[in-house]
Amino acid sequence: MTFINYAAKEINCKIVYYGPGLGGKTTNLQYIYSKTSPDAKGKMISLATETDRTLFFDFLPLDLGTIRGFTTRFHLYTVPGQVFYDASRKLILKGADGVIFVADSQEERMESNIESIRNLETNLKQHGLDLKSLPYALQFNKRDLPNAMPVDELYRVLNYKREPTFEAVAPQGRGVFDTLKSVAKQILVELRKR
Amino acid sequence: MASMDLILYEEEIHRLEEVLKRLRHDSNARAVFLIDKNGQQMAADGDVDQFDTTSLASLTAGNVAATDSLAKLIGEREFSVLFHEGERDHIHISIVAKRAILLVIFDERSSLGLVRLRVKRASNEFDHIFEQMAQKASAGPVEGTHETPFSEITDDDIDALFSD
Repeated sequence: MTFINYAAKEINCKIVYYGPGLGGKTTNLQYIYSKTSPDAKGKMISLATETDRTLFFDFLPLDLGTIRGFTTRFHLYTVPGQVFYDASRKLILKGADGVIFVADSQEERMESNIESIRNLETNLKQHGLDLKSLPYALQFNKRDLPNAMPVDELYRVLNYKREPTFEAVAPQGRGVFDTLKSVAKQILVELRKR
Repeated sequence: MASMDLILYEEEIHRLEEVLKRLRHDSNARAVFLIDKNGQQMAADGDVDQFDTTSLASLTAGNVAATDSLAKLIGEREFSVLFHEGERDHIHISIVAKRAILLVIFDERSSLGLVRLRVKRASNEFDHIFEQMAQKASAGPVEGTHETPFSEITDDDIDALFSD
């Protein structure tokens, strides 16, 4: 749900990072935070457990500049990936303008990836959103690991609607901004259509 | 999806701000915020510069969403008021017009009773404004009054946002 404030001349959009636990959603946000100039970002908030697992969400407000005189702001959220946090995941998806799915490229995490995409589809439906029409990108993270599956195989199984896909190594930043840009652009193109 | 967007025009913002201003004054609060349930700040009044307002809005919405789910788990429709008591500052959170969150931050210069009383009155006014906004939105855009500037967005505009 894009929030357009004509008085303050602002467009606010919400992007949610989704995916299985320990897949690198928070690491994506941390990299973006570390590489963004202080005047273009707000404080990053992580509601995490003592062992640094996401408990409720991470939040990072990002200011991308102006478009047609409107300040364009993206609010990035991650969901907790662990299966038993589904109630929290559902809450974060509410009002999402776009979703980035961070898949774990490791072979043994394939089932978790598949389960998480199904879960995403179900939870979106409960908010009246459809993954088929929502701005969406797929990121294959952890490409540097020796047990990473070939990209075409991951694509064959995880691709949902021929969405843009990106290879990533989140701690090093590889693919992180490309994935974000892809969804942000899709959201702005949607805005133009209205 | 367009119908789900929240669009605030200047006259509506001003009306919301007027009610907030009166509420802050009458309740002797430090600051008052009106926040969309998805975590976007709509309007504010008071010592706003003292706070990280973006984080405040996002965390408040998360708090309300979690509490709302808790209510449903035990068979309640909602918990309409949340109150957090600190040593010096306190937070009063309530839902207005089903879609927005009213956040009042106050200290010893006010009291919970006074805040509750004033919030109740302000809520009625917000209900009225949101109702009119909903009517206006369902009637569709009035010709020539608020043309969307976004239909004119070009690919170059979008690319320019991402030029490093």
